[in-house]
Amino acid sequence: MAAAATCGTSAGNKGCTAAAAAAAGGKNNVTSFQRKGPRASVPDSGCARLVSIAGTRPSVRNGQLLVSTGLPALDQLLGGGLAVGTVLLIEEDKYNIYSSLLFKYFLAEGVINGHTLLVASAKEDPADILQELPAPLLDDNCKKDFDEDVGNHKTPESNIKMKIAWRYQLLPKMEPGPVSSSRFGHYYDLSKRMPQELIETSKWHGFFFPEKLSPTLNIEPCSLTHGYIKLLQFIQNVIYEEGFDGSNPQKKQKNILRIGIQNLGSPLWGDDICCTENCDNSHSLTKFLYVLRGLLRTSLSACIITMPTHLIQNKAIIARVTNLSDTVVGLESFIGSERETNPLYKDYHGLIHIRQIPRLNNLIYDVSDVKDLAFKLKRKLFTIEFGGETFPNVKI
Amino acid sequence: MFPELNNLLNTTPDRAEQGKLTLLCDAKTDGSFLVHHFLSFYLKANCKVCFVALIQSFSHYNIVGQKLGVSLTAARECGQLVFLEGLKSSVDVFFRAQAEPHPLQFLREADAGNLQPLYEFVREALKPADDGQAAWRCPVLLVDDLSVLLSLGMGAVAVLDFIHYCRAAVCWEQKGNIVALVHDSGDAEDEENDILLNGLSHQSHLILRAEGLATGFCRDVHGQLKILWRTPSQPAAHRDRSLTYQYKIQDKSVSFFAKGMSPAIL
Repeated sequence: MAAAATCGTSAGNKGCTAAAAAAAGGKNNVTSFQRKGPRASVPDSGCARLVSIAGTRPSVRNGQLLVSTGLPALDQLLGGGLAVGTVLLIEEDKYNIYSSLLFKYFLAEGVINGHTLLVASAKEDPADILQELPAPLLDDNCKKDFDEDVGNHKTPESNIKMKIAWRYQLLPKMEPGPVSSSRFGHYYDLSKRMPQELIETSKWHGFFFPEKLSPTLNIEPCSLTHGYIKLLQFIQNVIYEEGFDGSNPQKKQKNILRIGIQNLGSPLWGDDICCTENCDNSHSLTKFLYVLRGLLRTSLSACIITMPTHLIQNKAIIARVTNLSDTVVGLESFIGSERETNPLYKDYHGLIHIRQIPRLNNLIYDVSDVKDLAFKLKRKLFTIEFGGETFPNVKI
Repeated sequence: MFPELNNLLNTTPDRAEQGKLTLLCDAKTDGSFLVHHFLSFYLKANCKVCFVALIQSFSHYNIVGQKLGVSLTAARECGQLVFLEGLKSSVDVFFRAQAEPHPLQFLREADAGNLQPLYEFVREALKPADDGQAAWRCPVLLVDDLSVLLSLGMGAVAVLDFIHYCRAAVCWEQKGNIVALVHDSGDAEDEENDILLNGLSHQSHLILRAEGLATGFCRDVHGQLKILWRTPSQPAAHRDRSLTYQYKIQDKSVSFFAKGMSPAIL
């Protein structure tokens, strides 16, 4: 059963239980299993054949190309990862603490995998955002510190051959801990910064809105605010110039573009939906999202947007924005609310609501059974667990 | 198409009715499975289909269509399907000025105009062939979905006008059908959307409403489908017939059962 589970991660590997049993049987030379097909090698090699871009893997359900969000717990909730060509909308928590963290995890994952980054913000200079990315936890360092954190002590007998459950000896040890940089999804240490050399070798484009303000508008008015028009043109330019949509004959790009847009919809972008209920250009944000999604669907890119939806006065706009996004995740932190002192929530920092998951190329989608999810942030681990009033605490 | 839904609606591809407006709406759930059903139903019924797909890409509908037994690429190549891909066209319209009026022209305009270019596109796509030979049974307009037009700056009245013109051209003149999806925003107080939904409800012959369960998410019952047959021309003549079923969506089909009779419970 466990063998089938690990083989399931390499797409479409049928008959793997028989092959694994045959391989195990071959080792001991005491069974009568006949090997049917070629010898089953390490389960991950099935993935390696299909994946040609670093940091991506095909979805188990429909072969859709997925990238990691930088948070393995969130990847699991979203059905394996974020699909390339889609938008992940994060509804910010009240003080924008945890949503900016998810934003940084997403970008840090891009740096580790060698993806190109596009960081857009109206509040912080993208160069400063990149300096503050958390350092990754790789196999060769900090393993001892991590074990202290989780309380997971490696037993000295782990290297001894298993006598009874010999079939399970072949399986990779399932650890929730730090992984090597060739795997999908990494863990990050928030107390350390990303090493400077990694940031310098990464390719990134920054869009800092206050710098892009130009006095003259040389485009015809089309009911989008100036900031959004500039941002869309910038993104389209990068996609075309770097060849992410395959239309540029000079550039053959086989990499993912990770787009991160911070605080979209806030007054710093020139939009007034957070200020009044009856705003002048209420369609500006929704039009922006529509054209952005059009750009993403036709290119090898994935986008994360954080939006202060708790500030938007008009509920209809939130509903429309949700319909125009693919994956929507809402964060609710306990800081300053009465839940902070509630004994039920004393181990957690907030709730995470999965508001929408897309059904891409499919009638159905992967959805977790439990909807009450809480998160807690330790120095090196952002865990999402089943919390809430009705369910006992079970770690995913 | 889903054979169980055909049984509930009492139709088959051979006996598809003509001149009807079908309204699909969803509340608190995703009603796109109904769009896939009608798309494959009318393609199998040998009708000429004009699909205005504003919310997803062509490959999405194609891959689901293959699970339901139709090939959209083949239909597009032989002329049975005219596909307007909203997402891809919006990029072209927005970044490059077009020489001729484009159906999605309104994306470039500042004021909420009207949807006349889109109507002209539909009319052109569904007009009968010049040689008078009826290659296909009847024209069908499928729109997924109309609520997106409100998000893109169109007023509810402009969208209702568009549907009115399309009904005159497609349903009355050419005896074809229209199927359109509108989201029901529920308690989000989206006035424009409510106007659109109410206006279309009064004009439709058939309303299929997919709702999420009031008690929340359930693994075995994904939602409830309310089917309402209406006769818009004689509003108060006799009671409209309505049925309610619960459904569960599977990989290649949807199973329907009476309320409370889910196989998981029995």
